[in-house]
Amino acid sequence: MMPTPMQNQQQAKPILEVHGLIVRFTLRDGALIAVRNVSFDLFPGESLGVVGESGCGKSVTFLSVMRLIPTPPGKIDAVKMRFSGMDLLDASKRQMRRIRGNRISMVFQDPMSSLNPVLTIGRQMREGIQLHLGLSGRSLDDRCIELLDKVGISAPEMRLKSYPHQLSGGIRQRVMIAMALSCNPSILLADEPTTALDVTIQDQILRLIRDLTRDLGTASVLITHNLGAVAGTTDRIMVMYAGRIVEKAPTPLLFKDPRHPYTQGLLRSIPRVDQPAGRRLYSISGAPPDLLRETIQGCAFAPRCPLAEEQCVAQAPSLEPFAPEHLVSCWKAADAHQHG
Amino acid sequence: MKRYITRRLLLLLPTLLLVSFLVFCIVRIIPGDAVTLMVAEMGFADDEAELRAVLGLDQSLPRQYWNYMRNALRGDLGTSLWSGQPVLEEITRRLPLTFRLALMALFWTLLTGIPLGVLSALKQDTWLDYLLRSVSVGGLSIPSFWLATLLVVFGAIWFRWVPPIDFIPFGEDPLASLGQLVVPSLVLSVALSASIMRMTRTMMLEVMREDYIRTARAKGLSEWVVVIRHALANSLIPVLSIMGIQMAFLVGGTVIMESIFVLPGMGKYLLDAITWRDYPVIQGINLFICTLIICINLVIDLLYGVLDPRIRY
Ligand SMILES: Nc1ncnc2c1ncn2[C@@H]1O[C@H](COP(=O)(O)OP(=O)(O)O)[C@@H](O)[C@H]1O
Ligand code: SF4
Ligand SMILES: [Mg+2]
Repeated sequence: MMPTPMQNQQQAKPILEVHGLIVRFTLRDGALIAVRNVSFDLFPGESLGVVGESGCGKSVTFLSVMRLIPTPPGKIDAVKMRFSGMDLLDASKRQMRRIRGNRISMVFQDPMSSLNPVLTIGRQMREGIQLHLGLSGRSLDDRCIELLDKVGISAPEMRLKSYPHQLSGGIRQRVMIAMALSCNPSILLADEPTTALDVTIQDQILRLIRDLTRDLGTASVLITHNLGAVAGTTDRIMVMYAGRIVEKAPTPLLFKDPRHPYTQGLLRSIPRVDQPAGRRLYSISGAPPDLLRETIQGCAFAPRCPLAEEQCVAQAPSLEPFAPEHLVSCWKAADAHQHG
Repeated sequence: MKRYITRRLLLLLPTLLLVSFLVFCIVRIIPGDAVTLMVAEMGFADDEAELRAVLGLDQSLPRQYWNYMRNALRGDLGTSLWSGQPVLEEITRRLPLTFRLALMALFWTLLTGIPLGVLSALKQDTWLDYLLRSVSVGGLSIPSFWLATLLVVFGAIWFRWVPPIDFIPFGEDPLASLGQLVVPSLVLSVALSASIMRMTRTMMLEVMREDYIRTARAKGLSEWVVVIRHALANSLIPVLSIMGIQMAFLVGGTVIMESIFVLPGMGKYLLDAITWRDYPVIQGINLFICTLIICINLVIDLLYGVLDPRIRY
């Protein structure tokens, strides 16, 4: 049997190390801490899922890795943030530009707005390849056509001359994926790549990302608010809430034995095929805290947690090992039983 | 595309008809006509009726309008009541100067308005942005005739610079001739440039927040390429529509500049014609200007299609 990326982990060095990441925004009506002490490693070829409701700091975390957070108003701090041995915090703008689109690339949520409406697909694909791989002329076009073919777009030569508005959302997201993989990056960051798409094609896109990154040996990060989306396509999952990681575990383990009440809630909100007809989908009551207006005391999830106790409000739990490779940030991790 | 252009050109006809009718009426509302002026100037009192008959001003107004329209459709705009020269010829003789003046003003406008607007947006909320914004508010609120008069008066007092009385024809000395247009065209471009600058700034700020700008940055493109290749074209689409509106303003401005700086162009000709109640000339120039503005706007609308592939005609 092939060693899984999990088993590789012990020998391999992480390609991305983030330790103690804190991202603040100073806005006109106050300050906001969007990411609060987030640490994780990403190993070569691994696929990491990042799950949490909207506003939990998922995008900000990975935009910080790319240093694409506008500063000001943002400010990125970390104990350590390294990509393949290189310090991302101290990297010059020039060094960052050499990493972006080349070593680490990104696919965004809305393929409708993520492509420039006045430039052809070809023009937008070519510029990255030209910049990082130095291709030009015929070989540049060949590379674009090959990439479009790889992401399953028919008549790629013709598509190069198309403008984004002439393509459907699914095709545009395929173009975005082709663009992101065009320079053989070590890491692909996919931020809610299917959220804006039709349900019927979400699965195709997720599988496309999984298959292509596997073939190319690219590590991938799949950001989503839907735990169901990362079930079949990731090796590990980290669950975020209010700017923190609340649970982190290998995918099968997280689905089998979720320990954080938030994870359990997310799990129960996944629509299931075998669900009895007419039964309404479960959703966690309440909403994540407004980071700009509310100060968080103790466990950020306490107001919505069915298991909350006095201790939870008084003091915030920290992310602790619960089992090997399974980290949970909950006072009651040991006795939080899956209910429902 | 061809159909679109044809349709737009066909629409030109009713517009011109309306404009010609309005101008025809308005010039006749101004008290006094060419004949009373001629009589007052030259004092041949007994020939007044005869003079009217010769000039065709004795006919009924509908009749005059009918003749005017019939000839205009054949490309004949009539002859000047004073000089007896064909109006069309007089206009085309003066047109190049007005054209050069307008184009030069447009050149300054784009040369300053767009780059300064971009700069202001990129340096949002810095002292440079505040400075540029104050300058543009100033530029918008200073009337061009006032600025022009100021330049003429204080130019003479402080710099011993006087607008030359004798205009150098382009054919005689092109550079010197163009040189005479520099100050008037600069004055003309102040307000235009200020509004282009404001619009460019606003649109740049909006476009720089778009998702595709983030995508461009995520590719590792330099900020320069992001701004020029990805942001500018998208920002210029609305700027273009402002320019369409400005065209009428620009033409009106040339009339004022030509009269203040004594430039023998179409604008000066128009003002003189109004003074002397030279109806055919006033009517002819108005038709001409109106056609010109409509055509420029058509070109601008077609330019949209070049800048924005989503637009199809
Ligand atoms: N550019 C920004 N300026 C101010 N606040 C921001 C900015 N980007 C994100 N935030 C805030 O940071 C928090 C986390 O956002 P984000 O990472 O986008 O959440 P998500 O988990 O949905 O991706 C949110 O409260 C959001 O309002
Ligand atoms: S720490 Fe307490 S409030 Fe927070 S998730 Fe655990 S049980 Fe719920
Ligand atoms: Mg997000």
